[in-house]
Amino acid sequence: MQVSVSGPLRAAANGLETIDIQAETIRELLRKLIERYPKMERHMKEGIAVSLDGTIYRDARDIPIPPETEVFLLPRIQGG
Amino acid sequence: MKHDNSYTDQEFKVVGTRVNRPDGVDKVTGRAKFGADTFAPGQLVGLTLRSPHAHAKIKKIDTSRAEKLQGVKAVLTAEDLPDLTGDDSENFDILENCMARDRALYHGHAVAAVAAIDASTAKKALKLIKVTYEKLPHVTDVDKAMEPDAPIVQPRNLQDGKPSNISGRYEFGHGDIEAGLKDADVVVEKSFKTEQTHQGYIEPHACLASVSPDGTGELWVTTQGHFSFRNVCAALLGMDIAKLKVTPSEIGGGFGGKTHVWIEPVALALSRKANRPVKMVMSREEVFKASGPTCSTSMDVKIGAKKDGTITSAFIECRYMDGAFPGIWGMLGGMTAWACYDLKNVKSIGIDVLCNRPKVAAYRAPSAPMMAFGVESTMDMLAAELKMDPVKLRLHNAAKEGTQSSYGPVYGPIGIGPTLEAVRDHPHLRAKLKKNQGRGMACGFWFNIGGQTCTDLNIGVDGTVSLTVGTVDVGGSRASLSLIAAEELGVPYEHVRASIGDTASLGHNDTTEGSRGTFSSGMATIFAAREAVEVLKDRAAKMLEIPVESVEWDNGVAKAIGSEHGNLPTLTLKEIAAASPTTGGPIAGHHEVTADGAGVSFASHIVDVEVDPETGSTRVIRYTVVQDAGKAIHPTYVEGQFQGAAAQGIGWALNEEYIYGDDGCLQNPGFLDYRMPVCSDLPFIDTKILEIPNPNHPYGVRGVGETSIVPPLAAIGNAVSNAVGVRMNHVPMSPPRILKALDELAGM
Repeated sequence: MQVSVSGPLRAAANGLETIDIQAETIRELLRKLIERYPKMERHMKEGIAVSLDGTIYRDARDIPIPPETEVFLLPRIQGG
Repeated sequence: MKHDNSYTDQEFKVVGTRVNRPDGVDKVTGRAKFGADTFAPGQLVGLTLRSPHAHAKIKKIDTSRAEKLQGVKAVLTAEDLPDLTGDDSENFDILENCMARDRALYHGHAVAAVAAIDASTAKKALKLIKVTYEKLPHVTDVDKAMEPDAPIVQPRNLQDGKPSNISGRYEFGHGDIEAGLKDADVVVEKSFKTEQTHQGYIEPHACLASVSPDGTGELWVTTQGHFSFRNVCAALLGMDIAKLKVTPSEIGGGFGGKTHVWIEPVALALSRKANRPVKMVMSREEVFKASGPTCSTSMDVKIGAKKDGTITSAFIECRYMDGAFPGIWGMLGGMTAWACYDLKNVKSIGIDVLCNRPKVAAYRAPSAPMMAFGVESTMDMLAAELKMDPVKLRLHNAAKEGTQSSYGPVYGPIGIGPTLEAVRDHPHLRAKLKKNQGRGMACGFWFNIGGQTCTDLNIGVDGTVSLTVGTVDVGGSRASLSLIAAEELGVPYEHVRASIGDTASLGHNDTTEGSRGTFSSGMATIFAAREAVEVLKDRAAKMLEIPVESVEWDNGVAKAIGSEHGNLPTLTLKEIAAASPTTGGPIAGHHEVTADGAGVSFASHIVDVEVDPETGSTRVIRYTVVQDAGKAIHPTYVEGQFQGAAAQGIGWALNEEYIYGDDGCLQNPGFLDYRMPVCSDLPFIDTKILEIPNPNHPYGVRGVGETSIVPPLAAIGNAVSNAVGVRMNHVPMSPPRILKALDELAGM
């Protein structure tokens, strides 16, 4: 599975635009990303969002990630 | 991953109707209780002493004379608010903003507070507090703050290991913008500025705080998020979350400005010190000086395109003035800037910059209107260069299902194309203009969010329904949520009463922000009602003495199914409720959810203006909003959100502006000098709701509250530019700026 990374998260992933990684849920994905790129942990504590096929998840961590899903890591969005 | 898609072609009985709001009578008769409208026995009046300087070292605060004044029960400085935030820098920023520590960081920054038996005594006490300042160099302009020799606002903010006023830099996009420029037949570029504005909510910040010697506390407050207020206040004051009960009042406007705490931790700390309840109400001057307006900005935009209008390269860099504390405004702007378009090569850069101004807070689709002003103005410049209709140019480049968005993910079903088509076909676009009049249009995007939500639904013995939600009602959501409960249960709307529960009544609910109230609490209400229906079926089965599997629920009535039960009577919800004491007790439903999957939203606006060339004054003469709402639960309140957002955008575009003097002090902290539009300044704002369902909500709901503040700055900028014949690139387009532009056009 390829995970696309944008914004400040990209710097924490050594500048990579995409990361090859295998994960079955958002929780597993984030855990494995921190293991591989420890600098990401701070961003994840501050808040991130995960887009699966265009649907943005800010908080849910137990969402399954089927094969062939388009996965994007984004900064956490706020509103007014 | 997605909810069922049966939202498509759903037939609703009450959802979509225009019922009266449940809080309407109280609001028009003055019964509604806002932040300042409650009282406690023995309550004190709390007031704040604020910095007269833009930036100063606080060398000493002598409170001794104030403390000795008869009637003064507590005096508070930063020494009474020790840092309990650990490594939470965001909470430390909040603490420092609520009460200055070693330095005052902006004109109006709180430096001390008092609680006294009445307002007169409290005012006298403030005058007796002696603060010794050492003035420091200040900076209030975003571009000047980025210069190498600019005064440093926050020495703890580092870039490359050195103190800096740049607190964040965010880059989004894909492709190669330089290659895209090489492919272009036409390139247009322009720089733009927007000034700082305030949300302008009519109700000032107000609260009543009471902390008991046993460590428990209560806070009555005007807020968009009482659970968040509870958590932050508890953290700052070292209280247990469960021991602080926060009750939200009715809210007289928030628009993002009431998502943050300002006076509330101070009121609680004063109460704890005085051992009496303390009420604090900001004056309008304090609201302007020391709550959370939005950013001023400065930006550069560049677009390259083919002769047929296909955009080959799109670039924007925008500098956001965050005030004295870091925010994520550049990040949000960067994500939204080009979201309306299908672009092969796109880059947006958002930069957050610290200045000696108040801490910026969210303002309705925060950060998006500014970048939209730059992007949509440049789009009109491109259309002129290509001699192409501006709507046609936008439609040619509009994002659609399957487009990779400029911030990353691929879009699902979206509404930018349909809103543009509705604009193209709208009679407004073909109405004739007169002398000195101009027409403009622009598009806008906003994400919308979901978040943590918890809802209770209780059915009384008379069959009426109490719905308790935890998202503060800022725009009529109690009516919408009551419609949803009525729809699910099959009862009349009038039989449902929705209220906002305090923090002791429900599990955590995220703040009402990001247009999430009806989306997320609507989702929780649907599932709470469906849980209650299961209970109703179970009780009906007991009453009919048949298995629950033999009962079905049909529009408010329990029916026995199966040939062996065909002669049994139906049972109404009211009959089942009346029997509840003998069938198992109260009938209720509950649901907690992390309501992710909010649907993105798009809007396209058309506006006509008339500019007086003698005075530079601009009058909006016609305005049309088209927005994708997903399913409109209560169309009147959806239209109200569209109109309200457009009205705020009109004020922002034409007149509203924070004006700072050379001394770094705010010169216009009042409605006489800060010119917000009133009803007589506005035309009727026409609306068109498009319903493109969000596949992640059972009814297809998207958020509606924010998106329509995104296009007005640019739409009005395009209209004014067309009226006066010169490109306007500085918001607000106030009379002096328009006259200056006309003078420059005339070579004067």
